[in-house]
Amino acid sequence: MLSISNLQAFIGEKQILKGLDLEVNAGEVHAIMGPNGAGKSTLASVLAGREDYEVTGGSVLFDGKDLLEMAPEERAAEGIFLAFQYPVEIPGVSTTNFLKTAMNEIRKYRGQDPLDAVQFLKLMKEKMKLVNIDQSLLSRSLNEGFSGGEKKRNEIFQMAMLEPKLAILDETDSGLDIDALRIVADGVNKLRSPERATIVVTHYQRLLDYIVPDYVHVLYQGRIVKSGPKELALELEEKGYDWIKAEAL
Amino acid sequence: MNPSYASYNDFKNQLLAAFKTNEERMNGESKTPFHQLRRAALNQFDLLGFPTIRHEEWKYSNVSGLFKEAFVLDSTPVLTAQDLVSLEIPNLDGNILYFVNGRYQPELSHIVSPADQVQITNFAEAVKNNPELISSHFANYADYQENAFTALNTALANDGVVVHVPDNVTVEQPIILRFITDSREQNVASQPRNLVVVGKNAEVMMAESFRTLGDRASFVNVVTEIALAREARMQYYKVQDESQKAYHIGTTQVYQADNSHFYSATVTLNGNFIRNNLNIVLNGQYAEAFMYGLYMPNGRQHIDNHTLVDHAMPNSYSSELYKGILDDNSTGVFNGKIFVRPDAQKTNAYQSCKNVVLSSGASMNTKPQLEIFADDVKCSHGTTTGQLNDEALFYMRSRGIPKDEARSLLLYAFSQDVLSQIKIQPIREYLERVVTEKLGQ
Repeated sequence: MLSISNLQAFIGEKQILKGLDLEVNAGEVHAIMGPNGAGKSTLASVLAGREDYEVTGGSVLFDGKDLLEMAPEERAAEGIFLAFQYPVEIPGVSTTNFLKTAMNEIRKYRGQDPLDAVQFLKLMKEKMKLVNIDQSLLSRSLNEGFSGGEKKRNEIFQMAMLEPKLAILDETDSGLDIDALRIVADGVNKLRSPERATIVVTHYQRLLDYIVPDYVHVLYQGRIVKSGPKELALELEEKGYDWIKAEAL
Repeated sequence: MNPSYASYNDFKNQLLAAFKTNEERMNGESKTPFHQLRRAALNQFDLLGFPTIRHEEWKYSNVSGLFKEAFVLDSTPVLTAQDLVSLEIPNLDGNILYFVNGRYQPELSHIVSPADQVQITNFAEAVKNNPELISSHFANYADYQENAFTALNTALANDGVVVHVPDNVTVEQPIILRFITDSREQNVASQPRNLVVVGKNAEVMMAESFRTLGDRASFVNVVTEIALAREARMQYYKVQDESQKAYHIGTTQVYQADNSHFYSATVTLNGNFIRNNLNIVLNGQYAEAFMYGLYMPNGRQHIDNHTLVDHAMPNSYSSELYKGILDDNSTGVFNGKIFVRPDAQKTNAYQSCKNVVLSSGASMNTKPQLEIFADDVKCSHGTTTGQLNDEALFYMRSRGIPKDEARSLLLYAFSQDVLSQIKIQPIREYLERVVTEKLGQ
């Protein structure tokens, strides 16, 4: 589904990704771990199309299409979803209105008819249960004045509504207490399916107790330096990153 | 003598001569106190002259463009309902009064409220038939000593509306004033003058809408005086969507007694050069004023909003939010003065001005001025001017919303804080449509 090879990216004068390779197939969950500054969030941002980063080399194919040629909205319409580490507050636009616009733009891209109000509300009710989110939150301005937990839950709710092929969770566990973490992880797990894939970017192993990955990758100095089964995450939790850094040298 | 100076004098002399011509037609009426007042205003205009950018209040707004056009001062084209189709506001109900080039058009207008609820007459008629009302209110609030344009209007205004709401009456239907400048054939100037007197515990909604027909230059110099008695309530909206060659200078002067409430929204969508003065005197305890504003200049448009709230008595409240979206090479000005007099203890006054600048060629000048002479008050002010939030744009795009769509949605949301305040639904809907169209350009 996703095929990244030799990806190189800069922010300003600074190179962050230095030849990254990654293969993700449908049905799989991949965890990307690594120390601070390794390039984890950069990878998530580059895949979603954030313009602050300049890709200088390598390729990213998504279902055989060149992802790097696409605008962020085209990537979304092709089925990529980024759950933000810091979801943005948007005054004056309700989550409901925002999502309705987004869904119908995506449907337009795919040549589908827009959803009418009834269909949309029905879908919304169904997905609200999934992440245990309240109607009153959705009619407020998007993320404005939401708690950290509410923002993250709203991200997963949006993901449930948009049903992406590839979901990228960027440090979704940061700032969450254990109850919120469980609700968010629960939502993600319910969306797992043989047609979809998930990339979980995280600093800590904690989230992976709830979202169990098929593969764990360690990102260090802009490259994936070690990959392994889910047990690798436990090893990292126990031993820290220093042994990886030593191995990488 | 440079040419612009010559044209400045030409225009001024033309205005002074117009007054003289009017006077000669008056026969005996030139001796009335009303006319003497107008003569005093004319003399004041003569003395003050048009302001230049050396004048503190006009530092960022240069009116010299006015003198490059030669205006016809008193034109009365006849418009038919057909001419107005393109200017229609859909679903509008209520008392709708049309003014063309400043002159009242009874055959195009509809007054639906019963006379015991509200008296609505045109200015010229009120001067003749209701001299008591005119003499006790006209030019009583809008100061012509300092402001040359108000002096000019006070001297030359010959039409507009006079609204009188008796005590304890709620006027059910809104009053909509539609000022149309027909500049299809020639450059047109007009000086509308409105007076609204709202009695004790009475309530009324009024909107002023300014539009133009045609591509020649226009100059509207409007003054509206509003007096609210104790416990009176008023919703007041000023809406401007004029041509790319329109000059508009306007003053709305409000005078509020105890416990009165005034809610206003000033929405400026198009025009070449716009200056709005909104001056409010809170001359009563527990009087409250709410002021909202939205301006969206693009091209080379210039929009200037000056507001003044004078807290003259204790326990009064004012709250102000102005928002601007500036594109291309446009310029905007916001100057908000809050004055708290020594007696006005327990005043609450809040002011905020927020701007989004969409292009590097556009600029915004903001100047809050707080002059506080009482010690037990709560006042705050804040201004922000920035670009559209890139992070918000990316967030929306990452969910599948195309860039232009995301941009429009963000700006529309930004404008909603102001538009949602407008309680006359057809006017709000009309503005929402025009704002959406302008954002989509």
